[in-house]
Amino acid sequence: MSILLGKETAFIVQGITGREAVNLTRECLDYGSRVVGGVTPGRKGREVHGVPVFDTVAQAVENHGAPVDGSVVTVPPAFTKDAVLEAIENGIKLIVVVTERIPRRDVAQMVELAELRGARIIGPNCLGLIVPAVCKMGGIGGPAKDAAKAYAPGPVGVMSRSGGMTTEISSALTRAGLGVSTAVSIGGDAIIGSTYAELMPYFEADEQTRAIVIYTEPGGRMEAQLSAWVKENDSRLPVVAFMAGKFMDDEEMKGMSFGHAGTIVEGKEDTATEKIVRLEAAGIRVVERIDEIPDAVKEKLGATV
Amino acid sequence: MRFYEFEARKIVELAGIPVTEYGFCTTAEQARKAAETIGGPVVVKSQVLSGGRMKAGGVKFAETPDEAAEHAEAILKLEINGQMPRGVLVDPKAEVKQEYYAGVVWDGTAKRPLMLFSDIGGIDIEEVAEKHPDHVGRGHLSNLLPISDFEAKQTIAATGVTGSQLNRATQVLARLARLFRDNDMILAEINPLAELTDGSFVALDAHMEMENEAVGRQKALLRRQLEIAADDTREPYEPSAFERNVAAIDAADHRGVIQGRDHGFQGNLGLVIGAGGGSLTLTDAVRSQGGKPANYSEIGGNPSVAKACGLAKQVLEKDGVEKIAVMMSIVSNTRVDIVARGVIKACLELGRDPGEAIAIFRIPGAWEEEGFKILERYGVEYCDRSVSIWEAAGRAVAKIQGTPA
Repeated sequence: MSILLGKETAFIVQGITGREAVNLTRECLDYGSRVVGGVTPGRKGREVHGVPVFDTVAQAVENHGAPVDGSVVTVPPAFTKDAVLEAIENGIKLIVVVTERIPRRDVAQMVELAELRGARIIGPNCLGLIVPAVCKMGGIGGPAKDAAKAYAPGPVGVMSRSGGMTTEISSALTRAGLGVSTAVSIGGDAIIGSTYAELMPYFEADEQTRAIVIYTEPGGRMEAQLSAWVKENDSRLPVVAFMAGKFMDDEEMKGMSFGHAGTIVEGKEDTATEKIVRLEAAGIRVVERIDEIPDAVKEKLGATV
Repeated sequence: MRFYEFEARKIVELAGIPVTEYGFCTTAEQARKAAETIGGPVVVKSQVLSGGRMKAGGVKFAETPDEAAEHAEAILKLEINGQMPRGVLVDPKAEVKQEYYAGVVWDGTAKRPLMLFSDIGGIDIEEVAEKHPDHVGRGHLSNLLPISDFEAKQTIAATGVTGSQLNRATQVLARLARLFRDNDMILAEINPLAELTDGSFVALDAHMEMENEAVGRQKALLRRQLEIAADDTREPYEPSAFERNVAAIDAADHRGVIQGRDHGFQGNLGLVIGAGGGSLTLTDAVRSQGGKPANYSEIGGNPSVAKACGLAKQVLEKDGVEKIAVMMSIVSNTRVDIVARGVIKACLELGRDPGEAIAIFRIPGAWEEEGFKILERYGVEYCDRSVSIWEAAGRAVAKIQGTPA
């Protein structure tokens, strides 16, 4: 099994004629995903790798003749909110927002509407999600042959604020003989559609998943929320965390953001040091070195068997 | 983007929140005139983006226009935390009955703006929240619905404020909430919000910060109303030559993205690294193993050979840099062979032997076989994904320190 995405999931790509979107569509099709349409206003009638292009989401849904489950949105920041609202109002329930540099107000509006309509947003500023050897939604893992190299099926759910590190960590898990159930690049912005804690219930309900690995960074309160969730729900899933950006705790780095927009430290609680303390207090193993992740997972899995 | 106090006051005023009759001045003579217009005791405040200006002598009280001019003269020359002031603000010394706090911030967990109000003003809100939690009112706002006055009223009433104070403060907080949302702020704070002896409410000081991603669509406010120049980016510090050069190389070519920073870094190991998360992980890995990074950088989005070369050259030419480490997390978009070509070209153009100047090359992923072949030819030590980020960083550190890995 997997979370959110499966081989039956039919999705569209909004902004499909853009350079990155064309590549992403090719990669998803090659990996086995069902890409049933694309939208670029004014480009109706074209095809991208055999996928029909429409002017509106409504046309793409009508052409498919059945509900469309998902959409990958990769349009410029100024148009992203409108594209996401269009997807939501046309009944799409899973929306991956690839675009970065979207103002927070726009993100918060899309997320609030998604909540009202029972839709889920992954991202923005993310690479999407992948179910190893089944399908992927977004640029995650890159071309199909590269994705196959880094992602093998297995018991570990991966959630990461960095798209690249999702693949780096999954590759290490694959090389260690563990493998991945579903990997989600959740996005690097200050406000995102789905946080660790908000995705935990899906992993909790997924029989294949037996452990969780998260990659995290300074900035925001997402780790505190995860810690609280793990404690309150008495989760069956052991969690291993890796914290990058510890150098940002230095006095000279105050007020600066590195790597992703969301790494801006706005309060004491957002620093790497404080987050590690909070995660550990919830029984989450925080590894010091990135290469310690597979062994830490094996140790935790051993304890649950 | 951060604003000076005089700009934050203007933003507050434009939103219909009363302020005292203040004057922004760039000369001592203007300050004298502003004090004359105000007619009475004034306070002269340095206009810097940095905090701690009171402690640094950037805030002074004056009884007469002459004294105001004198203070302005001194404050205009006074550097505070490395910044020269943009000017001074001359403000009447207000007859304050009580100080309050009104603010709006983002709550990232709730994904909504959060209003904050306290009947204890003039000090840091975090301190009030810690020591007097019952004196802080909080209220989340919807992102979709219009902001209603009652939401501000509820937030204020939670602190026990009632009577005409409640009604006057409600107008201020509701307007502040609307300006926060309409202007894409990430912080909008009036502290202190003062109740004067005549019962009126005025904003005595304000702090505003606009989200950088929204600067492009807030031009009407920024350019027309505040007259802020397009190149006035308000970095927390003055960019270095290295940072300016890397930005120029990035801007010259639309393919891919490179970023470079050296503020706070003074080491001997130059880092040509990427992408976002990879750079954070790699910088930590170098430092944790005793390495001294000369800079921070990010490569992403498949840059051209020229761009990768440009970044590597800038890093190699930095003072104190002995070797560079070229490392990324597994790439799927950026091509390994292109980065390899770029960094080798940089070495050759500077008359350096790539095999000596590049401590390690660890970029696994797209086009790696082609990339590794080129590196092999120039005698550069490289590794694939079987060598972790930690281990690759460790090898680079060992090499520069002359100790065996």
